[in-house]
Amino acid sequence: MINMGEKGINQDFQFDEPLAPKRTRMQEFWVLLRQNRLAILGLIIFILFFCCALTGLFLTSGPDPLIDPALIRLQEKLRPPLAKPNLDSLRAEEVPYMGVYLMGTDDLGRDVFARMLQGAWVSLTVGFVAVGISVLIGIFMGGIAGYFGQHHIRVDHILLTCLLISGAGLVATKLFYSGAVLLFFGLGYIFYSFFTKKIPGKKAVTSWKGFLHKNAVSIDTLIMRIVDIMLCFPSFFLILTVVAILPASIYNIMIVIGLTSWMGATRFVRAEFLSLREQDFVAAVKALGVSNYRIIFRHMMPNALAPVLVSATIGIATAILTEAGLSFLGFGVPPPHATWGNILSDGKRFIFDAPWLTFIPGIAILIVVLSFNLFGEGLRDVLNPKLRERH
Amino acid sequence: MISFIGRSAIQKIITLFFVSIVSFLIIHLAPGEPGQVDPMNPKFTPEVVERFKKEFHLDKPLHVQYLYFYQNLLTGKTVSWKDNQPVLKKIWERFLNSLPLFIVGTILTWTLSFPVGIRSAIFRGRLYDRSATFLSYLLISIPGFFFAYILIILVVTHFHVPVIGMETFGIGDASVLHIFMDRIWHLILPSVLGATGGIAVLSRYVRSQMLEVEGQDYVRTARAKGLPTEQVYYKHALRNALLPFVTMFGLILPGLIGGSVIIESIFSWPGMGRMAYEAILARDYPVILTVNFASAVLVLAGTFISDLLYLVVDPRIRL
Repeated sequence: MINMGEKGINQDFQFDEPLAPKRTRMQEFWVLLRQNRLAILGLIIFILFFCCALTGLFLTSGPDPLIDPALIRLQEKLRPPLAKPNLDSLRAEEVPYMGVYLMGTDDLGRDVFARMLQGAWVSLTVGFVAVGISVLIGIFMGGIAGYFGQHHIRVDHILLTCLLISGAGLVATKLFYSGAVLLFFGLGYIFYSFFTKKIPGKKAVTSWKGFLHKNAVSIDTLIMRIVDIMLCFPSFFLILTVVAILPASIYNIMIVIGLTSWMGATRFVRAEFLSLREQDFVAAVKALGVSNYRIIFRHMMPNALAPVLVSATIGIATAILTEAGLSFLGFGVPPPHATWGNILSDGKRFIFDAPWLTFIPGIAILIVVLSFNLFGEGLRDVLNPKLRERH
Repeated sequence: MISFIGRSAIQKIITLFFVSIVSFLIIHLAPGEPGQVDPMNPKFTPEVVERFKKEFHLDKPLHVQYLYFYQNLLTGKTVSWKDNQPVLKKIWERFLNSLPLFIVGTILTWTLSFPVGIRSAIFRGRLYDRSATFLSYLLISIPGFFFAYILIILVVTHFHVPVIGMETFGIGDASVLHIFMDRIWHLILPSVLGATGGIAVLSRYVRSQMLEVEGQDYVRTARAKGLPTEQVYYKHALRNALLPFVTMFGLILPGLIGGSVIIESIFSWPGMGRMAYEAILARDYPVILTVNFASAVLVLAGTFISDLLYLVVDPRIRL
C-alpha cells in the first residue's frame, strides 16, 4: 500500500502479509446477529431453557430426587402458585423444597414446579432428537440426490430389490419356505453379477441381458419421488396414527416425528448440492483425485448447511409443538412421566378453578417455541448472502 | 399443454399407488392386529373372532388384503369395522360438518393476511411492521390447544355464550334468529383458531413478496414518473406480487380433509378431524386408510391445480 505507486501491485505482493479479511467468518456472523434484537432474545431464552432443563433433569431424576414430581399429596390438591404448604398435615419428606409451592399443585397434589422441570427435559430431547434424525436422513438423501443424481439405476437393480424385499416380507409373515427361496435367488444374482464383473472377457450381450442392464430411473428422480410420496401424507394425522398404534414411549415419538419430517432438509441439501457441484472448487478437488466421500463431507457439506440449519431450528419448534399436541390428545409420553402437554391436558378439567394448571405449561411452551422461531428467522437473515453483502 | 397434463396425471397416479401401499403397510405391519381381542371378554369366543376375520378377509395374506381393500374402496363398498356403516357415507357426513369451519377459516385467512402483509411492507422497519412481525411469530408459536382455552375463557366469561359443540344442546324451539346467532357463535371460535396460523404465515409471505417486487426496476420507473404512492403500491407492485398467491389456491385443498384433530376435539365439533381421531382410538383401519387416501388425493389434486393455474396466470412459463 505504501509504495505501490513506485513498484506496482505485483512486486509489492507478499505472501506472509495477512490478506484475508480482518474479521473471521464467525466474527462477521456474530456482528450481523447482534443487530437482530429479536434473534438475540430468542438465543438468550433458549440458553436459559437449556439450563433449566439440565438442572431439572438433575433435580428430579434418580432414586431420591431433591424435588419429586411424582409425589402425591391428596390433602394439598389444587393449591395456587406461591401457596405455603400446610405443615401440620404433611410428613417431613412431603414438604416441598424451599417450603413453598412455587407454581401450585395439581389435582393430585403434585408439585407443578417439579413437573414443569421434568417436562422441560422431555420437550428439549424430543425437539433435538427428532430434528437430529430428520436432518441426518435429509442430509444423506439430499446429498446422494444432489451428488450422484445423474447416475442411473438399472432394471436389474430394481428387480433385485423387489425380490429381496418380498423375500424378507414373506419370511416376516411366517412363510419361511417361499421367502427363503426368493432370498436365495436374490443373493445368488448378487454373486453372479459380482463374478461377471470380476472376470473381464467376452460378454455375449443377449437381448434379455440388455433389457436387464437398461437404465430405468436416475437416482435423483427416485429420491425426489420418494419425497413427493412422503409429502402426500397429512403429517400430524400420520404421526398420530403411528404413535397410537405403536406402544407408548418417548423414543417412539422422537423417531416418528423425525421420520416424517426429513423432506424439507432433503430438498434444501439437494438444491445446494446441485449448484455447488458446478463450482470451480469442486472441480479442483475432483482433479486432485480426492475421494467422493471426502468431497461430499469435507468440501461440499459445510457450504450447503446454512439453509438446513435454519430449517432445523424452526423444526425444533415444530417438534416441540407436535409433542405437546400428542401429549394433549393423550398419545404422548406415558402418564407418570410429566410433559408440558400432559400437565396442560390434565389441568384443562379445572380450567376455571385452577387456571394456573393451564396457563403455566401453555405459556412455557409458547415462550420456548417462540424463542426457537425467532432465533431461526434471525439465523435465516444472517446467513442470507444477499443481506451479508450490504454490511 | 395437453402432454403436460397427461404426463403429470400419470406421475400423480403412480405416486398415489405408492402412497396407498405405504399407508397400508404402516398400519398392518405395526404390532397388534385387529383380530386380537381381550381374552377376558366373554363375548368374543374364538369362533366369533374367526368369523370376523373371514368377514374382513383378515385371514388372507397381506397383498390379497391390500387388493380387497382398495377394490372395495374404489367401488365404494368399504365398511367401518366399528359400526358397519359405509365409510364413504360416514366421511361425507363429517365432511359436510367440517366444511363451514374450513370456509370461514379460509375467508378469514385470506382477507386478513393481505392487508396486514401489504401494510407491513409499506411501513417496513417502522413500529407497525415490527409489531406485526412479532405478533405473527407469537401466533405461529402459540400451541393451538392453549390458545383455544384462552379464547374459551374470554368468550364464556365476558359474553356468556356457550361455544362447545356445533349448537347449544336442547336449543330446539328458540326463535330463528336465536338459533342462527347460536350457530354463528359456535362456528366463530374454532374457525378463528384454525385461521390464526394461516394468517401469521401468509401475511409474512405477502410482506416478503411485496418487498421483493418493490426492488424491481418497473416499480422504480413508476415512482420516477411521479405516480401517486397508492397507485405505485396497489397497481404496479401488488399486481405482480400476487402471482405466487394464485397458485396457493390449489394448495389449500388438503386443508379440506385434514381439518384439525386437536381443535375439533376441544370443541367437540363432529368433523373430519374428530372422526379420524375416533377411528385411530378404535383402530378402525378402513376409516383411517380412507381418510389417508382421500387426503393424498387432495394433496396431489392441489399441486396439479396450482401448476395449471401458474401456467394460466404467468405468461412467462411456456411448456
